Parts: sequence; C-alpha cells; structure tokens
Amino acid sequence: MPEDRLPSVFVLACGALVNEMLAVISANGWSHITVECLPAALHNTPDRIPAAVASRLDDAAGRYDRILVGYADCGTGGLLDRELEARGVERLPGAHCYEFFATTPAFTALHDAEPGTFYLTDYLTRHFDRLVMRDLGIIDHPELRDAYFGNYTRLVYLSQVPSAGLLARAQAAAELLGLAFEHRPVGYGDLGTSLESFVNAR
Amino acid sequence: MMRYWRFGGSDPVCRPEQEHLLRIRPGGAAPHTGLVEMTDEELDLSTLPDDELVEQMHDDLYDGLADEIAEGTQILLDRGWDPQKVLGEALVEGMRIVGIDFRDGILFVPEVLLAANAMKAGMALLRPLLAETGADQVGKVVIGTVKGDIHDIGKNLVAMMMEGAGFEVVDLGINTDVDEFLQALEDHKPDILGMSALLTTTMPYMKVVIDTLVEKGVRDDYIVLVGGAPLNEDFGAAVGADAYCRDAAIASETAKDLVARKRILASEDA
Repeated sequence: MPEDRLPSVFVLACGALVNEMLAVISANGWSHITVECLPAALHNTPDRIPAAVASRLDDAAGRYDRILVGYADCGTGGLLDRELEARGVERLPGAHCYEFFATTPAFTALHDAEPGTFYLTDYLTRHFDRLVMRDLGIIDHPELRDAYFGNYTRLVYLSQVPSAGLLARAQAAAELLGLAFEHRPVGYGDLGTSLESFVNAR
Repeated sequence: MMRYWRFGGSDPVCRPEQEHLLRIRPGGAAPHTGLVEMTDEELDLSTLPDDELVEQMHDDLYDGLADEIAEGTQILLDRGWDPQKVLGEALVEGMRIVGIDFRDGILFVPEVLLAANAMKAGMALLRPLLAETGADQVGKVVIGTVKGDIHDIGKNLVAMMMEGAGFEVVDLGINTDVDEFLQALEDHKPDILGMSALLTTTMPYMKVVIDTLVEKGVRDDYIVLVGGAPLNEDFGAAVGADAYCRDAAIASETAKDLVARKRILASEDA
C-alpha cells in the first residue's frame, strides 16, 4: 500500500443529511469518502435508530479505515452512543441536527428563549408535507394538529441553502401549524466543521 | 363469537383475531382486506349483548371512533353497569390493547392519539358519575413535564390511564420547575410523583428534582416514576427514580403495583 494513500472513510448518515453531507464532501474535493444513508423516516421513530445504525456498522466493519456516524443523539436517549462506544465509532455532536446546524450555543439560546419552538432544516422543509403532515396523521385528522403543536408558539427555519421556494414552504408550514415564523440562515454549522475535522484528523 | 369491524378514520391494521370480519358501517373507507363481507346494514350498538358490545368498544377505541365510544358507554350505563366497570372493562381494557400494539410497533402515535381522544369521550360521561359514587381512589399522582420541555402527549396519556386505573391525578402541565413540583407535593401529598420529558436536553432535569427531594429528606415519601421517548431503564435508575415506565399502560400498572407494595410494607411496619 502506498504510504500517501488516503485512509478510506465511511460515513453512515441519516437520510435527512445526504444533500448537506455531499455538499461538504464536494466543496472539500474529497474522493476517499463513502456516504451511505439510512431512511430519514427513522426521524419519527428514534427508538429504531440505534439498532439500524449498529446493524449497518457491523456490515461495514473491516471494510474501511475510519467510520463516522452522521447522526446526533436524535432522541435515542444515549442508546445510540452506547452502540457507537462499543464499536469505537464517533458521531456528530449534539442532540439533534437542529443543534449541530445552528451550533450548540446558538441552539441553546433559541431553546431557552422559547422552549415551544419547532425547527425545520432544508430537508425537513422539503419533506414537511410527508414527514409531519402525513406521517403524524394531521392530513387525515386535522384535530391532531393541536395535540402535537398546541404548546408550540413559533417555527424557526434553520436554513442551509435557502431558496425562495424553500423559504416560502417553511413559511407555509408555520401557517399550517399556526405558529409564528422566523428564519435563521445557519448553513452547515457544525456538520461542516465536524466532518472536516474528522476527515482531516488522520 | 361475532365480531364487527368499522372502518374509522385511521388506516386499519388487521389483527389476527379480527380477520373473520363480518360487517362494516356504510360510508366507511374501502376495506383493505378481502375478508370483509360488506352489507349496508347499520350496526346498532344497542342491539349487541353486553359482551359483544364491550368487544366492539375495544375495536372502536382501536379505530379512534369517539362518537361510538360515547354511545357505547352510555348504552352500558343505561343497562345499569357500574361506571367503574364500564371504565375498566370497556375503556381501560381497550386502551391496554392499543398500548400493546403500540409497543409492538403495529400502531403509531397518531393512532394512539385518536384512541385516546375516543377514550376521553367515554371518560367525559363517566367522570361525574365516578365522582358521585365516591369510588375509592387507588392513590394520588402528581404529574408534569419537566422544565424546558413543552411536550405533553405522553404525559397526558399517562394521566388518562392513571385516572382510568382509579388514581386521583394532579396534572401540573408542561415546563414544570422543581419549585412547582415541590409545592404540589406539599399541597397534594400524593403517593406518586410522575415526571415526563421528550428531549434529551431536558430529561436530566428529573435528576435535579429527585436530588432536591433527597436534600430535603422527603425522597422516600413518594414513589417517583419517570417516562418519555428518549428515556430508558438505565436512565431511570441513574437519576434515582423508582421506575422508568415505557408507555402509559405500563405507567399505570407500575403505579398500581408500587402503591400496593408500599401499603403492604406500611401495614407491616405499623
């Protein structure tokens, strides 16, 4: 093996991050990174994330020099970390993608200012109708909207690469949920910096 | 025994014991199974004998049909059923079945919420009657979602199942800080303190509350139950709770068991 060969890197990520992962990889011109995504729909059933990640990591074991898991805790209450610790694998920082996109200090300030904040990213804005309105049963049962969102007061769109179309959709989502709307253009936040520091720490 | 299946709002999930379906309500959604024999006959709940009506109510709860649950509840009351019996056999048992299928990944949160709404419709009829008859309380619960967290779906389900199990429930709502919990414990002197959180970032606040109880020397005066999607048994043990409850049905069963155990211990000590 040539000494200057770059170590192969495998990133196992949430499907909700695929565009952003590929954008960061492309911007850095990395060609030694393989990205694989698990279904973003796991977002709505976080208890299934640890087993899904563990199973795929076990399949990939021994085939790459380094592995990064492209999930935050994502509502797994530390159970994802337990799987990762057992395999010596790192993940992205924070509790949710909202947190690493916004970066932790900014996210904490947003949450402390209003705990009843619902967050959208580019991905969640794009798939709001399916992941929220349909999968939470609100389209079929509008009366459920207030059961889910009755205690929320605002929707904050933490945008990565906001287009006029996405901004309009995020605003429409806030209207559908009866929430005040705010837009924070946060870009890739700690997703970019974490990925870069992982890849560059050889 | 004859079983009936009504197609309500939710996408029906066929349970094995329901595969011999006989009738559906006209106007319902198209059946998803070839096992349904359709008729135009309106299902009249009042014509069903008690045992079939109760089973039908379990199915209607499963399908989240609030009007039918209210109707069934009223029919059983009119037939002279004790409100406590209606609550236990028709509503709580129906929700127990919903809870099992939720646990098994057959039902999801939307269906459970619709079932809970249906149960509420029955509870609304029963609650004043239960208060009138002065049924013995199984115990008292103070419950709330912890500080920084505004999620109350799970907490509300737990409160409802506990009420259904015969507990007096004092619900402190959302975003409850340690002072509010302590004040409520002092004011209401419950058997149980229940705390809920949905966020990984807010669940550690449960330890703040429990540590404060310890500091004040009152921790052992209460059974402390914790729950919420990101929690697990290890977390419950780590923060010093008496039990972690995975869902509302388990919470109410655990509450009953631990209160009974505590009373036995207290009577042995006396």
